[in-house]
Amino acid sequence: MDDLINDFIAETREMLEALSGEIVAWEAMPDDRARLDEIFRFVHTVKGNSGFFDLPRIRALSHAAEDALSAVRSGARNADARLVSAVLAIIDRLAELVDALETGEALASADDSALIGALSAQGPSETAEAEAAPAHSSARASSRTVRLPVELLDRMMSGVSDLVLARNELSRRIRASGDTEMLAAFDRVSVTVADLRDSITRTRMQRIDNLFAPLPRMVRDVCGQTGKLVALEIDGGDVEIDREMLEMIRDPLTHIIRNAIDHGIESPAERRRAGKKETGCLRVCARQAGNQILLEIADDGAGIDGDKLVNRAVAAGVVTAERADRLTEAEKHALVFEAGLSTAAQVTDLSGRGVGMDVVRANVERIGGIVEIESRAGQGVVLTLRVPLTLTIIPALTVVADGQVYAIPRSAIEEIVRVKGGSVRVESVGGAAFATVRGRRLPLVHLRHSLGRPPCPDPTGQSLVLLRPAGADLYALAVDDIHDHEELVVKPAAPAVMAAGLYAGTTIADDGKPVLLLDPPGIAAKAGLALHRRSASGEAVPAPAPEAASGPAALLFRTLAGAMRLVPVAAVQRIEDVRPEAVQLSAGRLHVALGETLLPLEGCGLSAPDRPMRLLRLSDGRSEVAYGFADVVDILPLPEELIPASEPGEVRGVVLIGGEQAELLDLHWLFARQAGRPAGAAARPVCAIPAGDPFMDAILRPLVESAGYSVVAAGAPGSEFASIVIASAEADEVAPTPGARLVRVRASAEGEGDSVHRYDRDALLAALAGDSQPKRRRRRG
Amino acid sequence: MAELLLIVRIAGERIALPAADVESVVEIEALTPVPGAAGHVAGLAALRSRVLTVIDCLASLDPTRRLPDDAAEAVMAVVDGHPYALLVEAVEDVVEASGERQPAAASLAGGWRRIGRATIEAEGDLLLLADVEALIAGPAREAA
Repeated sequence: MDDLINDFIAETREMLEALSGEIVAWEAMPDDRARLDEIFRFVHTVKGNSGFFDLPRIRALSHAAEDALSAVRSGARNADARLVSAVLAIIDRLAELVDALETGEALASADDSALIGALSAQGPSETAEAEAAPAHSSARASSRTVRLPVELLDRMMSGVSDLVLARNELSRRIRASGDTEMLAAFDRVSVTVADLRDSITRTRMQRIDNLFAPLPRMVRDVCGQTGKLVALEIDGGDVEIDREMLEMIRDPLTHIIRNAIDHGIESPAERRRAGKKETGCLRVCARQAGNQILLEIADDGAGIDGDKLVNRAVAAGVVTAERADRLTEAEKHALVFEAGLSTAAQVTDLSGRGVGMDVVRANVERIGGIVEIESRAGQGVVLTLRVPLTLTIIPALTVVADGQVYAIPRSAIEEIVRVKGGSVRVESVGGAAFATVRGRRLPLVHLRHSLGRPPCPDPTGQSLVLLRPAGADLYALAVDDIHDHEELVVKPAAPAVMAAGLYAGTTIADDGKPVLLLDPPGIAAKAGLALHRRSASGEAVPAPAPEAASGPAALLFRTLAGAMRLVPVAAVQRIEDVRPEAVQLSAGRLHVALGETLLPLEGCGLSAPDRPMRLLRLSDGRSEVAYGFADVVDILPLPEELIPASEPGEVRGVVLIGGEQAELLDLHWLFARQAGRPAGAAARPVCAIPAGDPFMDAILRPLVESAGYSVVAAGAPGSEFASIVIASAEADEVAPTPGARLVRVRASAEGEGDSVHRYDRDALLAALAGDSQPKRRRRRG
Repeated sequence: MAELLLIVRIAGERIALPAADVESVVEIEALTPVPGAAGHVAGLAALRSRVLTVIDCLASLDPTRRLPDDAAEAVMAVVDGHPYALLVEAVEDVVEASGERQPAAASLAGGWRRIGRATIEAEGDLLLLADVEALIAGPAREAA
């Protein structure tokens, strides 16, 4: 008996789903006899079935609906909106009752008489006799289906996956044996196995219709609540998609459609004013493109108000105001996907609670999909969901590192380039590697390094796989060789393997060897590349225009204090926006928290900023330093002429850019500071200069310092440690300092003896370099 | 009915594994290394169309030691749906226990304490009954 009840529940549910589209279509065209018949058949079947089980409420409801519809069928009554609503209400109640039947819970609303009353409140037509129900059960007869537990399908799928792998292995062995007769016989088996795999894969596939069927009803309901008029167009319902995938995109799709109606499409009055038809158009269309399903949801509403969104984003601290100014239109629209933002002025029951599109994106990306948005002001929004067809068999690229084969899911691969090719430049700065591919500068990760293997002996023979992990930034993965494209049956890896943080699963290649499937986000994370949303909280560092190449590229930016500074692009790993609360004074210095990493923060002095700011993430390949700044001005070749700074500090010197001065960051100093070895005075050789001489103090001193000396005034404390004493050639004899060399400078260009002209820079540096180990050496000549 | 035990050799000692936890005894041919994984994960091996995660039981017992490269005898077990091959020095025999499980002595040394679940008597010897899951988990948990 329980089985029968369960069958009744399942069958009723199935019919309900199939029906919801029919009802709305029928409402639009009450004369459509075919639709009416469908609905009639449903209530009739439910009524008949409920008679078997003692279910009086279901029976009474379906009976009443059957009567009313039967009157319409006989022409005694018109299908007006009121009738349709009443029938819909009954169908809803039936669905509730069926649910309650399954869970065994009592239904809160125990009285159905109002619903039945609404149906029969129509005066005269009610007298019409219920037509004798046609004795058919075509709803059941027409669909020759078997109901199977989903686990059984999954088991079949994994069984056939094993079979495919076993086939591959056998095929390889037979080939190796050279027995052609056997091979011919085996090929038949092989073809059969392939067919079997295809059909079993298909058993897990469902028409995307299943996803679309409830939409007309939902659109109708949402329109009813919002007072909007929307015509729904559905296309591509025959596209098939993996059952699991279908479930995964059900909620995102529902949300997108509610959103589109609630604040995409305007009210009829607004639409009239805008010169549009009163009825908005919502188009949902699915199509298969390779091994992806494209799902497009387009409305012809007002579009996204990019500026409004930006204002909210700034208010919510998602982006800084400065950053907001430079967002492209597309970037502004992509802010829709940031958590906590909504353009709905009023929070409605349906949407606008700010828990929407971010969840949509998260869900879609979790199954390896992508969401894209395109908006045109006044013309509407197109949202495109791209999701893979299935989860278990994936197309992959196999690559080689240190003699071992690994697989990379092809969905994450954007491009493959050879290092040798002219379009690629690989640079390494302080251990941080970058690849410039056709003007795009990308962080470079060596797969061998990630795997803890020795570096490749022939780096120029390597290839770069450009990877874009779901929703994150592009990076280049250097591999020794590209092996092949293969369709792989992926199996989950054991926890002990997953713990490495580099793999997404295991599989067996056609040669029968186990192969590890690499996890692109995991590799990036392990390599220290933080993965970020492209839209708002990070951006790839733009590469300089190719023609602007002479010196190494430098990034010109404005500091928080408004000064112009430069930093070599190669050292900049990323640019990010941070909120003030991410910054804290701890252990006597500022640190900024970026996701899971904590970085020392420079560029802000010692006071935590009180508003969102941008960060340069500087890397020397091993450690990182964050440098707070206001905005990026330009990227240009680093000028060769540098006027060194007078004091060791975060500025190495000053350069001239287009007539303006800019300070060049001293990366060495910044990183040395992090390493706990301040490049302070004590570590440097000391040079004593005459006290109170304006030339010496203001002009010569910076030069000496830039040569690597700590400068003290003669006679001042510390001067006794001087290894060089500078004296004016015109001055009196200087008392010799033990262990120090004397350098005499003269004011006049022509002179004699061992003195050096004070503006002969090279000679001065040479004289200084004669001793100790200053940082920069130049020889005269 | 007495418990069935599979006797294997790890670090020169005879160790009992509950036969109920063991799927089969396999020969491991070629190993695919898993860079970045814990030291006791010897690699991956294909068994028909399944991918086995191969555990070096000696390394699991004592992180400073490893089985020789030619070790091939392994015990296959499935834990949480994942197939594993536990590589041991030798697989000896399946025997019937001649007594009940007894709590393992607290005085077991280092790694043995981690993998030992109980002691059990078989063929007149007192054997340590090892825990398959503990062998698979390895020493990582303690080190972390």
